[in-house]
Amino acid sequence: MEGRVTEQVVRALLKPYVHVLPPSLAEEIVRKVVAAGLSEDEAREVVEAAVAEYLRNLVEPGEAVGMVTAQSIGEPSTQMTLRTFHFAGVRELNVTLGLPRLIEIVDARKTVSTPIMEVYLEGEYAKIREKALQVARELELTTIENVARAITIDYVDYAIVIELDPEMLENRGVEPRDVAKALNRIKGKKGSVEVEGLTVVYRTGLDDVAKLRKTYDKVRTLRVKGVKGIKRAVVRYDEKLGEYKIVTEGSNLVAALSIEGVDYRRTVSNNIHEIAEVLGIEAARAMIIREMKRVLDEQGLDVDVRHIMLVADAMTFNGRVRQVGRHGVAGEKPSALARAAFEVTVKHLVDAAVRGEVDELKGVVENVVVGSRIVPVGTGIVRLLMQYPGLETVAEGAGST
Amino acid sequence: MGAREVNILEHELVPQHVLLSKEEAARLLKRMGISKRQLPWIFSSDPVAKAIGAKPGDVVMVVRRSPTAGVSVAFRVVVRG
Repeated sequence: MEGRVTEQVVRALLKPYVHVLPPSLAEEIVRKVVAAGLSEDEAREVVEAAVAEYLRNLVEPGEAVGMVTAQSIGEPSTQMTLRTFHFAGVRELNVTLGLPRLIEIVDARKTVSTPIMEVYLEGEYAKIREKALQVARELELTTIENVARAITIDYVDYAIVIELDPEMLENRGVEPRDVAKALNRIKGKKGSVEVEGLTVVYRTGLDDVAKLRKTYDKVRTLRVKGVKGIKRAVVRYDEKLGEYKIVTEGSNLVAALSIEGVDYRRTVSNNIHEIAEVLGIEAARAMIIREMKRVLDEQGLDVDVRHIMLVADAMTFNGRVRQVGRHGVAGEKPSALARAAFEVTVKHLVDAAVRGEVDELKGVVENVVVGSRIVPVGTGIVRLLMQYPGLETVAEGAGST
Repeated sequence: MGAREVNILEHELVPQHVLLSKEEAARLLKRMGISKRQLPWIFSSDPVAKAIGAKPGDVVMVVRRSPTAGVSVAFRVVVRG
């Protein structure tokens, strides 16, 4: 037997097919051919057979891939549990999964029912629990209410008296002067703030009891520390990565990314629109795929990613995230007949007539409606123009008789 | 805290975006036999489009990491928005 092929030889054999084979497939061929210890002739045969097989397996032009995708995602999803909530490893932290989450993604809802962020950390923040907790405290929204034992109104001095709870302060990593600072940030503030040990007195300088009450309500929910919109931040140990990360209830991606210690390269929110806004349309596409795949995997459903990729492509086609609902992607169908075939037939027909719409008969449904024998899918998508040798002479001959 | 540089182009969800030159774009459209408006869109206000300085009318090549093909290349045309 002659010598075994080297990697270089296999790569050279694959060279003519660089624009044909996907990179991952080419790599697999190289790996397997070298591992099998084939001769160069055998390797050439394998490469040619693989290319032929790949081409045979490509989707045919005109194939109704959208239809196949709809069926391939639709059928398994009927088997999903209707269970909405799932404890994603952390007590008391709910994450919508299963069918409701899948619908939410595909519907491209602006608000997510359980917004969460997965905040990854960098350097020692990811290795040391205390450091991770420190970041969590920066994330979690702390209001005055959260660190006060009591907040009372002093009607004599028109002041608001805040008694701080030392334990809560410690817990949240807040000092009494942070509370004072927060009070000083109040817009249009007139009065003064005094700190005495664990008591903070805010003399409002108002002279109206109603206004004082209003200020009191505002003071209770005043932000001392943390990021707006983040209700809770829980530190978790990720066994797979061997590092600490933070899962938050509520999301605010822009703010979270710029916090010290947060690894902004990996941190994500489960709100697709937020991703599109902060990281762009391509990131939104990637996130749609990741989230849909995660939901389906979690339910033990094996759906080919290609279907999910098609959904994500369709949803992000025109630069923003659009829903795919029961009327198709964003409910825009150019054909009046196709719309009429679905629901409220008369209304659609009347509206189309009033607007003087023209039906181009380009879609499948409208062609079925008008009874066209060739529907533009599969082989029906091909337009054939015949150039028959001698056709002109036949026509001429026919004319001369 | 707060004022540090965040480069969204480094985010793992953001694939590589390459701004094509006029010539490259023309060649691409010719090869595919399509017009610009048949490409998927990316808005000029898209954070990544802004980061790479793409202007309306430009064509952006997106090099995605794909679970099926390893690497897959897609194109988007920049539209005003």
